[in-house]
Amino acid sequence: MSIPDLSVELAGIKLRNPVMTASGTFGYGEEFAEYVNLESIGAIITKGLSIKPKAGNATPRIQETTGGMLNAIGLQNVGIDAFIEKKVPFLRSVSTPVIVNFFGNTVEEYAELAERLDKIPEVAGVEINISCPNVKHGGIVFGTEPKAAYSVVKVVREATIKPVIVKLSPNVTDIVEMAWACADAEADALSLINTLTGMAIDLNKRRPILANVTGGLSGPAVKPVALRMVWQVAKAVKIPVIGIGGIMTGTDALEFMLAGATAVQVGTANFLDPAASSRIAAEMENYLVENGISDVKELIGALDI
Amino acid sequence: MQFRAMIIANQEVSPGYFRMRMTAPQELAGSKPGQFIMVRVRDAIDPLLRRPFGIFDVGTMPSEYPGCAPATYLEMLYKVVGKGTEALSTYHHGDHVDILAPLGIGFDLGDPDEEKILVGGGIGIAPLYYLAKTLVERSRVRFFLGGRTRDDILCVTEFERLGVETYVSTDDGTLGDRGLVTGVMEQHIKEDGRKKTIYACGPMPMLKAVAEIAQRTGTSCQVSLEAYMACGMGACLGCVVKGKDHADESPDYRCVCKDGPVFAFDQLMWV
Repeated sequence: MSIPDLSVELAGIKLRNPVMTASGTFGYGEEFAEYVNLESIGAIITKGLSIKPKAGNATPRIQETTGGMLNAIGLQNVGIDAFIEKKVPFLRSVSTPVIVNFFGNTVEEYAELAERLDKIPEVAGVEINISCPNVKHGGIVFGTEPKAAYSVVKVVREATIKPVIVKLSPNVTDIVEMAWACADAEADALSLINTLTGMAIDLNKRRPILANVTGGLSGPAVKPVALRMVWQVAKAVKIPVIGIGGIMTGTDALEFMLAGATAVQVGTANFLDPAASSRIAAEMENYLVENGISDVKELIGALDI
Repeated sequence: MQFRAMIIANQEVSPGYFRMRMTAPQELAGSKPGQFIMVRVRDAIDPLLRRPFGIFDVGTMPSEYPGCAPATYLEMLYKVVGKGTEALSTYHHGDHVDILAPLGIGFDLGDPDEEKILVGGGIGIAPLYYLAKTLVERSRVRFFLGGRTRDDILCVTEFERLGVETYVSTDDGTLGDRGLVTGVMEQHIKEDGRKKTIYACGPMPMLKAVAEIAQRTGTSCQVSLEAYMACGMGACLGCVVKGKDHADESPDYRCVCKDGPVFAFDQLMWV
């Protein structure tokens, strides 16, 4: 059998395979270049960017939990000026599409960032973070209220001609309602899920382990929740959905595609296996070969219920 | 680099403390003292994340096969504190672990003519053995080793065998001098007025005390920090510490994994 087609198209961005790296788990790509062939993955999504550099939260910021990890980094990032000056030159050397995740404190900041990113040729698309659970401003305010989400997506849509992905929070009553609001505001794609708000406690100290008290849960532990939400949202909207949540293997990724995802993002797995994204793409290919499937797109939404 | 290491030996050197020797690619022989490794304990999701360990030693050993070139080994010294280290402690000769190494910035070996003062607290001695081994070839090295009680004092003979002057202290006086290692160290270093560099690794209160002594005496000083981290390569930002210029509006966070784990004491904010 010939080599199966793993390519997918996402809002006009051509991906050689459906595997992208989730924002905040892959730095700016450069950090991982020693361990993974960046040319073997679908897209790189960079660490959430703000206008000004952001300090992030106090430590401890991370804690391993059963089958997962909690993080409360607090969106620490270099800011857009340093991103352009120090990070873009490396990304220019990679042919893999680069999608920039960003966030603001206000609708105006979202618009300003979208305008500035629109001018950077190395940026293939943007991912709006309206779902970080670990900061008071910048994200979650817009991520839990459909009207607020609509207004943010709308201004970003007007500020850039690049594909706009909106990353959704699972910490809402009805994720489909949020998805509809973003689709109405002409988002090109939706990515979900961001982390689930969680907590870890030190019994002997009688204190929360994270300085931020709560944090976002990621890793294999969240996969069933993510699959359910991807399935719900993919049924409800016409735009492509990107599945995220505890993907560790090619099997996991293909399950998300059956649930309706056009592509996937690998997050926590990058931390324990820096080559995870590339390995997962290879495992997907193996599955297709072994099962005589010539095109991965055949599996999108092919869940038999 | 990433590699699969075979465990050669995994020996309990004191209750709850293990010394593990593994095979390593030849490139690891070029590791700098103070660099660290990330170990994936099991190919499973529990424990999920890799665990960071200082490089206790690297070197070459005769090959198992006659006539073959010497092989490279890597050693780490660890204390059983949780799920990851508990699992590690059960491993035997022939078991394998996946390793990322060498990571981070090591110690600056500095001027060979000055005296080197090494200060280790408990398991904090882990990166100091390879440092001592490297330094002792060129400089006078004195090593101050402290712990809560005698069981926390590890590998004294190994350090002495290198030709390092070793001073032991315990909080409860069960081995060596009674008292904090920093107190013993300060008494010994203050009289002679010779130029020195202090290298320290241990619990945060010890490092703070060392930094104060360095500040007070105008001695140069490098500290090796321990931190929780998920990736070891500057991506998760879980292991940050505040740099000297840190302010909320102009953050100066340094990654222990990538900017460290070794820092000049005056590059950090100690409050």
